[in-house]
Amino acid sequence: MTLSLRDVAVAYDGVEAIREVSLDLPDGQVLAVLGPSGSGKSTLLRAIAGLEPAKGTIAWDGRDLGGVPTHKRGFALMFQDGQLFAHLSVAANVAYPLKLRRTPRAERQRRVAELLTLVGLEGYDGRLPGTLSGGERQRVALARALAVEPRLLLLDEPLSALDAGLRERLAADLRAILVAAGTTALLVTHDQEEAYAVADRLAVVRDGHLVQEGPVAEVWRQPADAATALFLGYARVLTGAAAAAVCAAAGVATDGPVAVAVRRSALVLAEDGPLSGVVVSARVTPDQLRLVVDVEGVGEVDAVAGTTAHPGPGERVRLRAEQARLSIVP
Amino acid sequence: MERRHLSLSPSAGRYATLLALAAVPVAVLAVFFVLPVIGMVGRGFRPEGHWDVGGVLEVLRRPRVHRVLWFTLWSSTVATAFTLALGLPAAYVLHRLALPLRGVVRAALLVPFVLPTVVVGVAFRELLTGPLSWLSIDGTPTAIIAGLVFFNVAVVIRAVGAAWEGLDVRPAEAAAALGAGPFTVFRTVTLPALRPSIVGAASVVFLFCATSFGVVLTLGGLRYASVETEIYLLTTNLLDLQGAAALSLLQLTVVVTLLGIGARLRPQRASTQRAPSRPRRPRLADLPQLTVTALLLIFVAAPLAALLVGSLRTEGHWTLANYRALTSTGSHQALLEPVTTALDLSLRIAVDATSFALVLGLLVALSVSRRGTGHREGRAERRVRGTLDAFFMLPLGVSAVTLGFGFLVTLDRPPLDLRDSPWLVPIAQALVALPLVVRTLVPALAGIDDRQRQAAASLGAGPLRRMLVVDVPVLWRPLLASAGFAFAVSLGEFGATSFLARDENATVPVVIYRLIGHPGSMNYGMALAASCVLAATTAVVMLIVERLRVPSLGVL
Repeated sequence: MTLSLRDVAVAYDGVEAIREVSLDLPDGQVLAVLGPSGSGKSTLLRAIAGLEPAKGTIAWDGRDLGGVPTHKRGFALMFQDGQLFAHLSVAANVAYPLKLRRTPRAERQRRVAELLTLVGLEGYDGRLPGTLSGGERQRVALARALAVEPRLLLLDEPLSALDAGLRERLAADLRAILVAAGTTALLVTHDQEEAYAVADRLAVVRDGHLVQEGPVAEVWRQPADAATALFLGYARVLTGAAAAAVCAAAGVATDGPVAVAVRRSALVLAEDGPLSGVVVSARVTPDQLRLVVDVEGVGEVDAVAGTTAHPGPGERVRLRAEQARLSIVP
Repeated sequence: MERRHLSLSPSAGRYATLLALAAVPVAVLAVFFVLPVIGMVGRGFRPEGHWDVGGVLEVLRRPRVHRVLWFTLWSSTVATAFTLALGLPAAYVLHRLALPLRGVVRAALLVPFVLPTVVVGVAFRELLTGPLSWLSIDGTPTAIIAGLVFFNVAVVIRAVGAAWEGLDVRPAEAAAALGAGPFTVFRTVTLPALRPSIVGAASVVFLFCATSFGVVLTLGGLRYASVETEIYLLTTNLLDLQGAAALSLLQLTVVVTLLGIGARLRPQRASTQRAPSRPRRPRLADLPQLTVTALLLIFVAAPLAALLVGSLRTEGHWTLANYRALTSTGSHQALLEPVTTALDLSLRIAVDATSFALVLGLLVALSVSRRGTGHREGRAERRVRGTLDAFFMLPLGVSAVTLGFGFLVTLDRPPLDLRDSPWLVPIAQALVALPLVVRTLVPALAGIDDRQRQAAASLGAGPLRRMLVVDVPVLWRPLLASAGFAFAVSLGEFGATSFLARDENATVPVVIYRLIGHPGSMNYGMALAASCVLAATTAVVMLIVERLRVPSLGVL
């Protein structure tokens, strides 16, 4: 029960949107394909769904899906804005794929009720999609996609159309629902928070290429290159002497010249820290004090401090480096 | 703060603008449409200066009237069904598939809609009495229905095709991803989404069929009459104004009802973002639709080819004699003036009618279209706009014959004596073209986001500058397109013109009808040649319009 892609390529009017993508998705796992807009990630998803003609092999359990049309692949696709059928009620939307499979009426009703409970929308059966909020619509779309127990659930930016607070809540719900249903899923998103919240594995796509793929924590800890590090939320990538100085301060052994990706919180204000510099700017946030410090031998870098400290611009401070908050990039 | 007290409140100001804009077209429509129609209907109700409602009701009990009503109803229904059956597959093929020559085929299938009805009639007769005489359906209801389908199929292709092309593909993809096969996707997702445009197109087609005049008159003769031709016969041949008034009134009621249904079902402009479809390559599964489209092309091309061939032949020879004869008055004194004079007159009238319809249509469109999303529209304001909109659509449904005859009986005495005015025909034709012009302009105007004007204003643009920057670029194409429509409608207008044009200054359609009514093969040949010239002229105008790519034709 594995999805495997080998050298998959998709071209629009002669321009390749996706090039030589190979990856495997084991059963029961949730893979997030993460990439900036225009990176080709949605195209990849559509190719897997059979909505775009693709070169290379897309296979399920070793069986090539090349000639199999979308509706016979047994995958369910959930769109960014749900794509509920506006002329059908919530219950009829969820029942739609069940009806296609000629599920008996009683079984259908039971299943619809069960799914609506799963997504937290009991009693919404008779409502029309137009009367629902964005978050509710996405929940209905999710219930509809799960109705047929798809072999693979494909999610195209499922939460991007929602506002920030709702997105965070729904991401946690989505994770819980996917785990509860034991669904294998492939999620496409440009938002790393969403990817961290929902997925087990991460695949980073840039300019149509698969840059890196692996378990979320691993990708996060070891970005494949500088651009990936920046995309994954690292604040800066330091090179040369600056990188060596920060590595030395963090106690990371290096041989030869390296590049190091640092998170915003990699350098922390500490009276006995090995690095010293002058504060350029300081900004208070509810959790911490965010600084930009001109560190000797490193240059301008971000740093944080507890909200009890108040170093102002021009003040000399000492910093220590957190090993877990930086990453050596090749 | 001082100025606030002096100036009108914003909503009252808009109200005043709305009424000022609407005043001129309302006045014109009142004088040149409501008055003649009331005058005509009034003649029926008050034959000798006193009310006689019983007499009108009596008309509706006549067996012949029952036959006419029944014939109108069933022939229009059958014609509408066939039009849909042929038009829907063609709409799909021409708007969803990537085919070579797609644009040319689209334009070709649009031509019948603007062909003068008389030309359609003549072309079908030529086809059915010539190459297809072995079918022996000339003069039968089948011929009439074929003519109606020929004429109306463009409406379905354009209205449904535009909706189909603009249809968001993602719900269909979602359904496919949920396991629905192509046919199930069509039945459960595509069809419900297209339903408003299909029902809208069907109601317009039914309306056109039921009020069709030229096609039924030339193909049905006296044996098969629809309500519209019956009104014509009753007024001109039998002078039975009471009967004509009763039928006119009945027709008006039915038409207003249908227009009401159409307005309710008119597709709403969706504000959500859409993923429009890219045309895709035809597949084997598209073969039935492709076949229907090919058959439709043959069906549309055959009468026109027959017309062209017929016009180029006399007594078994290929010749241009029929065209040369257009400078003559025909044999047996069929005409008072040569056809070329009529053509010259037709063109000049069409220019006048077009300018008139455009000015009127622009004013109407500006007053009935809600200007963007910048303000909340009050209920009263919306109701006024709705009423105005329906009012200006009325010429679409009122029998052109009624209108023409109404002109004659009401505008013939002071203060408004227009009997001999050269303006009579252009005004009548402009009113017939008005709904088309309005329906082409309104969607374009309504599509302009008012915030664009506000943005321009905030950047320092005055009212004139705003119009130049925001409205004019959006409006010039639809304006040119509606000019083309109005021109084509005016060139081909037959119902009202047949009443108003005199023998010595007849337009080409009237001349053609007169020529086929007169015996003599030379007259008939001239009718064919004149039809070709007229068809070519309107076709050229329509091809230019098609190049402008204005999608709203047929969304009435």
